[in-house]
Amino acid sequence: MTDLLRLSGVHTHIGRYHILQGIDLAVAQGQTTMLLGRNGAGKTTTLRTIMGLWKASSGEISLAGERIESRATPDIARLGVGYVPESMAVFSDLTVKENLVLAARDGPLDDAQLDWIFGFFPALRRFWLSRAGSLSGGQKQMLSIARAIVEPRKLLLIDEPTKGLAPAIVMALIECLKEIKRKGATILMVEQNFFAARELGDDVLVMDNGTIVHRGEMAALASDVPLQERLLGLSLETHQ
Amino acid sequence: MTELAATDPLPKPKRDIAPILLPIAVALVMIPLIGSPSTWLTLTAASLAMGMMIFIMASGLTLVFGLMDVLNFGHGAFIAVGAYVATLVLAPFAASLQADSLWINLAVLAPAALLSMAVSGALGLIVERVLILPVYGQHLKQILMTTGGLIVAEQTLYAVWGPQIIPTPLPTSLRGSFILGDVAIAKYRVLATLIGLAVFIAIQLVLNRTKLGLLIRAGVENREMVEALGYRIRRLFLGVFMTGSALAGLGGVMWALYREQVHASMSDDLTVLIFIVVIIGGLGSIGGCFIGAILVAMIANYGGFLVPKLALVSNILLMVAILMWRPRGLYAVTSR
Repeated sequence: MTDLLRLSGVHTHIGRYHILQGIDLAVAQGQTTMLLGRNGAGKTTTLRTIMGLWKASSGEISLAGERIESRATPDIARLGVGYVPESMAVFSDLTVKENLVLAARDGPLDDAQLDWIFGFFPALRRFWLSRAGSLSGGQKQMLSIARAIVEPRKLLLIDEPTKGLAPAIVMALIECLKEIKRKGATILMVEQNFFAARELGDDVLVMDNGTIVHRGEMAALASDVPLQERLLGLSLETHQ
Repeated sequence: MTELAATDPLPKPKRDIAPILLPIAVALVMIPLIGSPSTWLTLTAASLAMGMMIFIMASGLTLVFGLMDVLNFGHGAFIAVGAYVATLVLAPFAASLQADSLWINLAVLAPAALLSMAVSGALGLIVERVLILPVYGQHLKQILMTTGGLIVAEQTLYAVWGPQIIPTPLPTSLRGSFILGDVAIAKYRVLATLIGLAVFIAIQLVLNRTKLGLLIRAGVENREMVEALGYRIRRLFLGVFMTGSALAGLGGVMWALYREQVHASMSDDLTVLIFIVVIIGGLGSIGGCFIGAILVAMIANYGGFLVPKLALVSNILLMVAILMWRPRGLYAVTSR
C-alpha cells in the first residue's frame, strides 16, 4: 500500500519550546491512522505542522510524493488536505450554508455531495440558514467535519473530533466517520477517546515527548493491554 | 449549557437590536431637552451627516483592525491625502464648481472624489507592502511604523503645500439649505448622508451577499481557518487595506468640503474620533461602526448645543459608557 503522507525527521519549535523532536511517520493511502498519546505529547502540533500552520524547523513532509514543508497553509489545503481543528473553528457569525459555501473552494456546492453529507448529518440540512454560533457542540463538530469533506480531499487531518461531546453524539459521529472511511478517505486522526480510536483506526501511532514511540496496527494495540499500559499509562478497557 | 441533540429544534438566534435602538433613544431623549423641534431636527440632520462622514472614514479602519489585527495609527494620512488630491483636482475647475447647476458641479466633484479614492488606495498598497507587511502580528511595531508613516505624510504635505489652510468652497448648488417650514437642513449634509448610506449599504451587500464578503467576515473571526480552507488571506488583507484607505480618502474629500478647508494636520482630531468609533462599534463590525459614528456625531451636536463645555470630553464619556455596557463594543466580532 502506498503512503499518501510521509514525515521524516520533522522538528517543530514554538517560541523557545522544542515540541516535535524528529517525527517519522507514514499514513497509507485509504487508511485511517490514529495518533494517540498523553496530553502535551505533540499530537496537535503534528497536525498543525503538516497543515503549515506551524512551520517545521527541519525535516521533510511529503504529500503524494510532493514536498510541502515549506509551503504556505492555503497551498497545502489546495493540494487536497482537509483540516478539522480541535476547536472546530466554525465561523460562528456565518450560517451553516455560508460555512460550507466557503469550504467549497472550487465552485458552487455540489448537490450530490451535500445529500451525502446530509445523509449522516441531517441536522445541518435543518439548520441550513442558522448561524453556526447558535449550534450545539455536536452540531458544530458535524459542521466542521462537513466543511472538510464538502469537496473531495486526498487527506483529512482530524483533531479530537469527539472531545467534549455527549456519548450519544460521539456514537453518531463515529458512524459518520466510518461512512467517510468507507468512501475511501485517507485520515490522520488525533483521538483521546480510545473507544473511537479502536472503532475507526486501521493503523496507530503513539507519541510521547515529541517523538513517535510506537507504530503498528490498531487492532494489535487494542488487544495488547500491557503494551497499552506501557505506552499510554492506562488500558483501553479502563478508558471507554 | 444544555447540549442539544441533533434532532432537537434549534432556538432561534436572537437579533441584537439594542445597539440599533440606542441612537434612536438618544435622539428621542433630546427632544424635550432641546425644546425647539426645528432646532432638534436641524441638529439631528447635522448629526446624521457628520456621522456618515465619520463612518466612511472609520469603516476601512474597523475592517483593517478586525480582519488584519493591524493597529494602523496612520489611517488619518489617507484622509488628508484624499482631501489634498481633491483640492488639487478641483482647483482648475473653479468655474464649473461655481456654476449654478447640480449636474455640472457633480460632473467635476465625482471624478475628483474617485481620483482621491484611487490615490489613497494606491498609497494604501504602498503602506501595506512597505510598513505593515514586516510587522504583522507585532502591535507595538505597528504603532511605531504607522505613526511614523503619518508623521512623514503630514510633514510631506507641509513641505509641499505649506502650513496654511487651503479653502475648499462648496460647489454653488450644494450651498444653502432645504427649508421645510422653520427647519433648515443644509444641502451638503443631505448629500453626505446619502453617500454615507450608499457606502454602508454597498459594504453590507458585499459582506453579506458575496463570497468575498464571506471570506472577509470569516477572516475577521478566524484568519487561520480561512487559510486552512485554502484561501490566501494575505491578498485579501491587501485588498481590504486598499479599500479602507480609499474610503478614508473619500471621507477626507467629504470632510474637506464640509469644513470648506484642508490643512496638513486635518486628520489629527479625526484620527482620535474614528478610533473611538471603531472601539465603540466593536472591532471589525461595520454595523457597530455605523451606529458608533452616528452616536459620536449625535453627542457632538446635541452636547455642543446643550452644554458646549461638555464637547471637550463627550466622546470619551460616550466610549466609557458604551464599554461599561458592552466591554467589547456594540457588536463584538473578534475576540481581540
